[in-house]
Amino acid sequence: MNTLAEGSKEKLEQGRVVNDFSIQIATVNGSGSQSSNSVLMRSIFQMGIPVSGKNLFPSNIAGLPTWFTIRVNKDGYIARKAETEILIAMNPQTAIEDVKGLSSGAVCISPVELRLEAIRTDVLHYQVPFSELAAKASENMKLRKLLTNMLYVGIVAELLNIEHAQIENSIGKQFEGKTKAIDLNLNAVKIGREWAKENLKKQDPYSVEPMNKTQGKIIIDGNAATALGSLFAGVTVVTWYPITPSSSVCEQLIDYLKAHRVDKESGKASFAVIQAEDELAAIGMALGAGWAGARAMTSTSGPGISLMAEFTGYGYFTEIPVVIFDVQRVGPSTGLPTRTSQADLISAHTLSHGDTKHIVLLPGSVAECYEMAGEAFELAEKFQTPVFVLTDLDLGMNNWMSDPFAYPTKPISRGKVMTAEDINKAGTFERYRDVDGDGIPYRTLPGTDHPQAAYFTRGSGHNEKAGYSEKPEDYLYLMDRLERKYQTARNFVPVPAVSIDKDAKIGVIAFGSSDFAVQESRDQLKVANIATSYLRVKALPFTADLRKFVESHDHVYVVEQNRDAQMRDLIRLELPDMAMKIRSVKHYDGLPIDARFVTDAIMEQER
Amino acid sequence: MTAAPPTNRIGLSLNDYKGAPSTLCDGCGHDAITAQIIKAFYELGTEPHMVAKLSGIGCSSKTPAYFLNRSHGFNSVHGRMPSVATGVSMANHNLTMIGVSGDGDTASIGLGQFCHLVRRNVPMIYIVENNGVYGLTKGQFSATADLGSKAKSGVLNELPPIDLCGLAIELGCSFVGRSFAGDPKQLVALLKAAGSHRGTAVIDVISPCVTFNNHEGSTKSYKYAKEMETPLHELGYVPFFEQISVDYEPGSVQEVEMHDGSKIRLKKTERDYDPTDEINAVVTIKKAHANKEFLTGLLYINETKEDFITIMNVGDAPLATLPESVTRPPKSALDHIMAELM
Ligand SMILES: Cc1ncc(C[n+]2csc(CCOP(=O)(O)OP(=O)(O)O)c2C)c(N)n1
Ligand code: SF4
Ligand SMILES: [Mg+2]
Repeated sequence: MNTLAEGSKEKLEQGRVVNDFSIQIATVNGSGSQSSNSVLMRSIFQMGIPVSGKNLFPSNIAGLPTWFTIRVNKDGYIARKAETEILIAMNPQTAIEDVKGLSSGAVCISPVELRLEAIRTDVLHYQVPFSELAAKASENMKLRKLLTNMLYVGIVAELLNIEHAQIENSIGKQFEGKTKAIDLNLNAVKIGREWAKENLKKQDPYSVEPMNKTQGKIIIDGNAATALGSLFAGVTVVTWYPITPSSSVCEQLIDYLKAHRVDKESGKASFAVIQAEDELAAIGMALGAGWAGARAMTSTSGPGISLMAEFTGYGYFTEIPVVIFDVQRVGPSTGLPTRTSQADLISAHTLSHGDTKHIVLLPGSVAECYEMAGEAFELAEKFQTPVFVLTDLDLGMNNWMSDPFAYPTKPISRGKVMTAEDINKAGTFERYRDVDGDGIPYRTLPGTDHPQAAYFTRGSGHNEKAGYSEKPEDYLYLMDRLERKYQTARNFVPVPAVSIDKDAKIGVIAFGSSDFAVQESRDQLKVANIATSYLRVKALPFTADLRKFVESHDHVYVVEQNRDAQMRDLIRLELPDMAMKIRSVKHYDGLPIDARFVTDAIMEQER
Repeated sequence: MTAAPPTNRIGLSLNDYKGAPSTLCDGCGHDAITAQIIKAFYELGTEPHMVAKLSGIGCSSKTPAYFLNRSHGFNSVHGRMPSVATGVSMANHNLTMIGVSGDGDTASIGLGQFCHLVRRNVPMIYIVENNGVYGLTKGQFSATADLGSKAKSGVLNELPPIDLCGLAIELGCSFVGRSFAGDPKQLVALLKAAGSHRGTAVIDVISPCVTFNNHEGSTKSYKYAKEMETPLHELGYVPFFEQISVDYEPGSVQEVEMHDGSKIRLKKTERDYDPTDEINAVVTIKKAHANKEFLTGLLYINETKEDFITIMNVGDAPLATLPESVTRPPKSALDHIMAELM
């Protein structure tokens, strides 16, 4: 039941394409396709082939279109790729548009009754009687719907030559312990596979072959990685208010905490997770906890960040440690809540009124989500200030391949906290005095048994002793010390990842999840004889590496996922003398940035 | 040589519980409440370093600076002290928390946080210094101003008041009292009782603003409150460390035993009010509004309700004090998690 128009045959005859293509599965959200897609992706991964998965989903619970894309790439590129080679068009609502979007010669697997062959004759169609097959898979109507998803797994497995053993493995993992579900799903895969074997004549060039590029690797989403980083950083108070795409940070953290931080004997928790009434409260709770000595965090997305503004400024001005995770989505306002963006950069960095600027960490991979969560807690306590960690929906909610995470090597450090004994030794305690010249004062925790330990925390003007003050000189001392503290932070935040190409006249700068696309784009540019060096910013404030990098190139491109070129502007402010050397590549349609886009944008400006 | 000042059971004098000099207007009701807070903690013999004082923003919220100098203080942002208190309590549940708020701070901008604090039953003393106006922003009506109460400018308040005590009971509050800054005896007893309570103890204290709301026609003036105050009972507090027994006429006194063994003794008036009866408390508050009465005393108490710390199931050692050996799982835990993700 395959059809193929004349003309596109040549393309298919060009030869086999092994381990380098994208599969897009178009379904309806709430239809249960998620587990089938995971199984498909994991099976390929377990054959040793690098994969990445992206879920493009609507802000809706059931019934709206969803697309899941699996990119299979032997070279390990895991960024989004705009083109799809294999479409599994299961959603009648979008099937026509989906097929129209394919490039000539692509493959389309679809239910026979959709009659998609009429729409695109230059596409290779494999048409499948899904309802008939589903009837074989189960008598239960409800189950049939779910199992339809496993049928396409079987069909694709047969067409691409995915090892059955790996499918068995993945299904086992997906439905851990549920024998009945495992059997049902395996059976559906088998039905699909056998049908394909008997009825489809393989005419497309795509297939998988085992490699050894994923051995020892893990697959994880960025939010789970953030949760793990927080778990191993010893977080004790977690506050949150649900919001896509950040909810799964705290949801997964709760699971990890319950598994690893409840005392086996007493049954007591060494943590508290509070689902707050809103983000105003979530940040207030986290600040209260940080002030009283807990390792505190909150996690949110754009709208929540807006609500946290006043309290974040309070935390900056009164110097309270807290970690704020912002899994960015598209704004302003509700924006596109299930699409990705890097547009909270400036607002998070300067959140609140008055002169404020915050330390911001910018993880560029799941491994960095894990590591930087840990670093954020250390920095927040070292600098006694709110620290932001900015990830995004693409990094946070999608599955990524990674090396396993490393256990922390450094002990937890709580920063400059004075005990009663310390006060006795020092003979004095003044909350806001710059004793060490680094801008970082000492603090005490409530409950410290010393007559001099107490101080009064206030968002109004205060002197070194934390006393109320409106004196100009006290305000200047305070603001200048806070500035000094911020400058000190330059020496302690993560340094950028720099890769220098000696032949390069131009540089590329990016941050966060744009990294995947930029890495791939640099290779594409190289093929086009444009050598590039690359600096990936990992934190604000910038470190000295940035100036060096820009100085040593004719000009640089700042690649980012927002409309206003926020990172470019921050870099221009940082390096005003070189402002004209700093160009921009911006991607902001809500989809993750892809390599071809970056390459084209740079080539265009290099012409 | 002057005689040493008297001391309490932990050897501290009243002075040790004082704060910085007040900067409020002379005669402000809030200062009268501050004096009773100092007295209550002194008489309870609380370790000052084990107290955390919190507040929002307003004249009332400034007052934690004027008591308990030896306690850590947190003057937060407008209306959001409850969230801070919730976080503090999670970090260190050994602290005794006292929060001071205003009627603007609690009934307007902070109404949401107040509700959720009460709903969670976060253990703390929560005082609303209620003057019916925003003192610090110069006298605008607040949401507790009575219908028809007159502003200094002569304008009449056109909206009905929010009764924070009624609301607190509705939200499941386990300790609800109302008092008057001009009734120090009752107020100090209520404060001490609140200190023995395990849960949120809300005390709404009518605290006249002498600058903006103390004139004829105001229902939150000293004169009005003094004339109208009707105590529901004569309130006594007997701390666990000095159990004295006094003989009362049978049936004339109701005793409520607190968690720490302290007792509240309620000497009945002709009203015969039982503060453990929730429905009656609600009805009494409603009727008081209808009859334009100003009832004070312990409106409601429920010593059986679980507090938030118990619900959160944290261990005895405060989370803030846990060592790395407890808060960072071992490497084997990470290895196990990684293996599952392969
Ligand atoms: C977010 C915010 N909005 C407005 C203000 C201005 N403001 C300061 S105090 C106050 C009202 C305080 O009233 P209340 O809580 O009744 O305290 P009082 O001064 O009467 O004791 C207002 C509106 C503020 N500080 N913060
Ligand atoms: S303005 Fe009113 S509330 Fe504020 S200090 Fe003066 S009297 Fe007190
Ligand atoms: Mg007021």
